[in-house]
Parts: sequence; C-alpha cells; structure tokens
Amino acid sequence: MSARTPTEDIAIVAVAQTPAVRRYPDSEPSMLMDLTNRLLAETGLERSAVDFTIAGSCDYLSGLPFAFVANVDGFGAWPPVYESHLEMDGAWALFEAWVRLQIGDIDVALVAGSGKSSPGTPREIFPLQTDPYTSAPLGLDPVSTAGLQARALLDAGLATERDFAEIVSRSRRAALSNPNAQVKKDVAVDTLLAAPYYASPLRKHDLPPISDGAAAVLIARGDRARELTKKPVWIRGIDHRIESHHLGLRDLTDSPSTRIAARGVGVHDGPVDVAELCVRYSPEEVVLRRALELKGDTLVNPSGGPLCAHPVMATGLVRVIEVAKRIREGSARRGLAHAASGPALQQNLLCVLEGEA
Amino acid sequence: MAERCAVVGIGQTKYSRRRGDVSLEGLVREAAIRALEDAELGWKDLDAIVIGKAPDALEGVMMPELSLCDALGAVGKPIHRVHTAGSVGASTAISAATLVESGRYQTVLTLGYEKQSEGNATWALGGGRSGSQGAGGSFAPWIRNYIQRSGAPEHIGWKVAVKDRLNALKNPYAHLHLPDITIEKVKESPLLWDPLHFLESCPSSDGAAAMVLTNTKGAKRAPRPPAWVIAHAKRTEFSQFPGRDTVKPAAGVDCAKALYAKAGITDPRRQIDVAELYVPFSWYEPMWLEGHLICDEGQGWKMTDAGETEIEGAFPVNPSGGVLSSNAIGASGMIRCLEAASQVRGTAGGYQVDGAKVALGHAYGGAAQYFAMWIVASDPEPTYR
Repeated sequence: MSARTPTEDIAIVAVAQTPAVRRYPDSEPSMLMDLTNRLLAETGLERSAVDFTIAGSCDYLSGLPFAFVANVDGFGAWPPVYESHLEMDGAWALFEAWVRLQIGDIDVALVAGSGKSSPGTPREIFPLQTDPYTSAPLGLDPVSTAGLQARALLDAGLATERDFAEIVSRSRRAALSNPNAQVKKDVAVDTLLAAPYYASPLRKHDLPPISDGAAAVLIARGDRARELTKKPVWIRGIDHRIESHHLGLRDLTDSPSTRIAARGVGVHDGPVDVAELCVRYSPEEVVLRRALELKGDTLVNPSGGPLCAHPVMATGLVRVIEVAKRIREGSARRGLAHAASGPALQQNLLCVLEGEA
Repeated sequence: MAERCAVVGIGQTKYSRRRGDVSLEGLVREAAIRALEDAELGWKDLDAIVIGKAPDALEGVMMPELSLCDALGAVGKPIHRVHTAGSVGASTAISAATLVESGRYQTVLTLGYEKQSEGNATWALGGGRSGSQGAGGSFAPWIRNYIQRSGAPEHIGWKVAVKDRLNALKNPYAHLHLPDITIEKVKESPLLWDPLHFLESCPSSDGAAAMVLTNTKGAKRAPRPPAWVIAHAKRTEFSQFPGRDTVKPAAGVDCAKALYAKAGITDPRRQIDVAELYVPFSWYEPMWLEGHLICDEGQGWKMTDAGETEIEGAFPVNPSGGVLSSNAIGASGMIRCLEAASQVRGTAGGYQVDGAKVALGHAYGGAAQYFAMWIVASDPEPTYR
C-alpha cells in the first residue's frame, strides 16, 4: 500500500438535506434542484463557479435504467458541466470529489446523494445486490442478513437483545431533536423488548424506516474554502474498504474493512467528539463500535442515525453532514462519519472531519 | 499534489454475442488478469480498483461491485463504481486516473464490462419501458438532421460500416469478424431506423476491458512502454431543452475544447495521430469529427469519404474496429481509452498506426449528452507537429 496523506486542505463549506419521508410527492431531480439552489444561495456562488459535480444514486430504486440521467436536470447542467455519477451512496461521491480536488487544478465541487425507495419494495429489490448465481435466487434480503449478523453477535456473547433495544431507544429519542428524522419517539427499552419478532432475533424497530430523501454538500480547497464560509469543516481523511461478498468467509461479529479504513484515516489520532455511524440495523452499532474502538466519551448518532431516517444512497452522505453540522455549531471539534454498502456491512467508508484549530 | 498517470497494463476478453463459458466474475477476472500480466504486477500491487458499467438492469445485478470484489482482488481495498450511461467506460478510466493524479494511490486497476447476453439490452436502453425504440431509434433523427445540415451523401454511413469491420479483422478480440462485408451488403441489409441499416449498427456483446494505471515511479518499473495520460475531460448537459443542438451538442464541443487546452493541442487534426471514437452507429464518425472540433462543420463526411480515417489515412479513426465491431456497453468507452493507449505504446499489432505518438480515446452516452475523453502519448511531455 502506498496511499499517503494528502497535502491539500479541503473543507465542507455548505450542507443541505431534505427531510427523510416515507413518500416524497415530487421527483428525485426536484429534490436535487432544491438542495443545489440552497447551497448556491448560502455560499453566494454562481452555478458556473462549481468546477466539478458528482452524485450518487441507484437506478434500481426507481425501477428505471438510466434514472440518474434525469438528476442532472436537478443540479443544473446547462451550460454543460464537468460531472460524474456513481451508482453508490453519495458518501463515495464525496470520496471521489475529495480526491479530485487534491490534484490542485480546480477548487469547488458539488456532491450529492439521492434516493427514493417509495416506488418499490426494498426487501424484494435488495436481494439483487447479492451473488446472482448463489444468493439472489434464494431472495436473501438485507433484513435476513442483518438477522444472521444479530444471531452471530448473540451466539458469541458480544451482545444481548436488550443491547439492541437500548440502541433503538437511544436513537429514537435522539431523533426527537432532528427535524429531518422520519421516526422519532421516546420509548422505553422494556416496551421495545415486548414487541414480537420480525426476523428473529430482530424486531421491526431494529430495522430502518423506508425513506425518500437527498443530501448535498459543497466542498472547496484551501483559501477558496475560507472565502466561502467562516466555518469550514476540514476533511482530514476519507478511506473506504470492502470485504468478501461471501457471508461464509466473513466473521459477521467484526468489521475488518472498517478497522483498515480507521487506520487509513487516523480515527484515533485525536479525540472523537462525535460519530455518526451508518447503523441501518441496530446490531450493526455493536459491530461498528467494536471495530472502531470508540471510547465512552464519543457521542454516537446524535441525529438518531439511519434507524430513524434512511434515504438510501444519501444515508452515508447525511452522516457526513450531521457531523459537519455539529462541528459548525461548535458542539464538537473533531468527528467521524461512517457510510456502509452491501449486506451486513460488507463495504465501509470513514471520513474524519475537523473544525478550525 | 499532482502526479503523472500512465497506462502500464492492458487486458481484454474476446468479445462475443454470448460468453456462456464464464460467470460475471469469470468475465471480469479474465480481463483484469491480462492487464496485470501485461504490467507484470500481482493483485497485491493494486492500491484501489475502479469499475464501471452501464445500467445494473442489463444483467439484473444491483451495485455489482459488491458481488465482484472477490474476483477483482478488492477484498481489504477501496473499490468504487462509476455509471455515466454509454460514456461510462471512459468516465471510469478518468476516475481511476484522478486517483493516481491526486497522489493518493500509486497503482489502480480500472475495468469496464457488460454481459449483455444476461438480459435484453434494447429493453434496458429504452428506460425499461415496453415499446422501446432502442438507442438507434433515439439517434436516427439526429443523424438525419446531420445529413441535411452537411449535405453528406448517403454512402458515407455505409463506408464507415465497412471500414470499421475490415479493421476488426486485424483485432483478435473483436466480436464481429465479417470478411465479406461490402458497401453493397451494408446498403441491402435491413433498414432498422432510417437512415441506419442493420450493418451500420453496433452488435450486442459480452466482454470486459481493463487497464492498470500508475504514477511516474510505477511507470519506471513497467516492463513495457507506458502510455502517458496527458489530459482528460468530461462534460454533461441536459437531455433535452428547446434549442438544444443534438447534432453537435455543446457538451461535446466544450469537452473537446477543455481536453485540447489541457493537452496543449492547438490543431487536433494534425497533432493527434489516431483516434478511437465512440461510433455505435456509422454516421457518428463524421458527426464526432465535427462535434469535437477535429474538422470544421460539413468537413467530417469529406474526411471519411476521402479515406482519411482509414488505418493508413491522415487521421485514422477506430483502427481496432470500434464500437461497430464490439459493444459490451460498459466496456466500450474503456476499450476506446485502452486502444488509444495501445497505439501509443506500439502494441496494437495488426492494426498499429505507424508512428502513433499521440492518441485520443472518446466516449459519449445518454441522449448524446455525456462526454468523456482522454489524450494519451508515448512521451510524458509530447511535442506536437
């Protein structure tokens, strides 16, 4: 490995997200247009001052090949723009934009992630993410895989069902103060534990809601970042890693890909005041806390996390935004954002953010 | 901190109607291994992997980097996936190049593929709706418009169809090998979308194409001559709006201008030795010659007609046989970038353009609204004629 620390300082200068809702009545491009206009208004930038645009979305959510093509209408591609698209969460689009700015010839990038799960049935669509020959025909869906992961944690004595319920209770309560959350409630652990199983040992509340939503950020390089905001949030590192697709080759109680990425971004080179983790199923928080070796003084998912709002393809980028917001507000100085893709946390991305020293 | 990027390994599968002998994993691994062998590198030498393909619906596999990562040696590494419609193969190569140029990664594998026999490409290309007119149906009116604007004679399209298929006979990886093709046969093949005949259209292929990209340090260790990435550019515009020039889209013009400016090219027709242009339907050869400022408006078809775009011509286009001879959609743009690199490395075998030092790789996609291009050269600081 010869990855090295970037020499260019790149910061998030503005953030925007839609609320996560069960069904957004308008189109995906309309969400992106709204976010783009908000980012440009906040920074006072003309569209032409954005040097590079990159978005993450997924055709299969809309059930329409080339669904992403319409999204360029949303973020304004006239006159023509320098643009790209990943069929991944917007957090990976942020990774590519951050790498792109490090070349040093351009200064400002617009990054977006968007998804509408409402047109389809996620439990029927997501098995198509699995191996097309061995798993997809069986309909192995993310809920079932998360159940297997939960069972592995219980069997290994690394967690109890009460632990899962505590994660849900804490997250739902935290979401009460998040205007963008879809599910929020002050609910006792014992009440949760009294609910029936949905995919044993998971109960329905251990799952994320089905959401529509979008998120976008503007990032800028060096002095340009300082011109555009009084409160730049510096990206100190982004690393992402993947694990084998074959569940039988993985230890589902651990996340080695997260461990490698954590070293790559230097998670513990400073205090982690806040961590926004892509906990789509409550047991994933147990796995991630272990892999990240988070200490008790780290505030985890003060937004409520994906258990309370899960706009697929934007969920990871929302984690980045939630950390950046806390740094801008001054309630945290250094934080960690995490994004995930694939069954049972197969692929993980980490981003370390810092306010001005 | 900018680093130079070089192509040091190239690998392709044989393209064919149906690669029933391999799984999706087997298909991508075949191209990846060939690229690594060409670079004399192993999986452990890769710092990151960037893959690209057209819609997931073509094979029915959602976010395929998840199920292909084992076959691509990506476990424990970064892998990400690009999707920019038909331009995706070139966009993917450019994404991978930026990883190297950023200084963050030394050696990156980039790969584009499609296994179109797994699904119905014309269905998927029509947005998954019934009654699809196919890609040709979308482009045919714009081609007709080009013919009206330029006054080009009808035989230009037939001529490109014959030239690219004869070139493909020299390329062992090409899908279509049609030794008996003639202008007459193209003209008499069924009319699919006026003015496009069956033999003026690309095939539907299975296949994968891969490159190993690395920095200056990596290029010094390379066993074969590197192709240096001199410049790349991408541009996108809306699918439709009143007044849009669909024959010569502004995004294609802007993309070419940005590319040539970055490369220091002032006279592309003289200074570029060979071009691999994305020509899925015959008429797009003259259309892109004009649309990317290689010649003036109305001159593209004259270049084709005069034989300038043949391998021995003054401005060879698609000596590999092009998209008209192999079209695994997600790979097609990657193949254009890869064949351009192969020409300046001097490794293009039977379709090598003599003395090629500077080459253009190009792809477009969507409603002719996505453009991705790169210039590669045998010298990291080329001097142009």
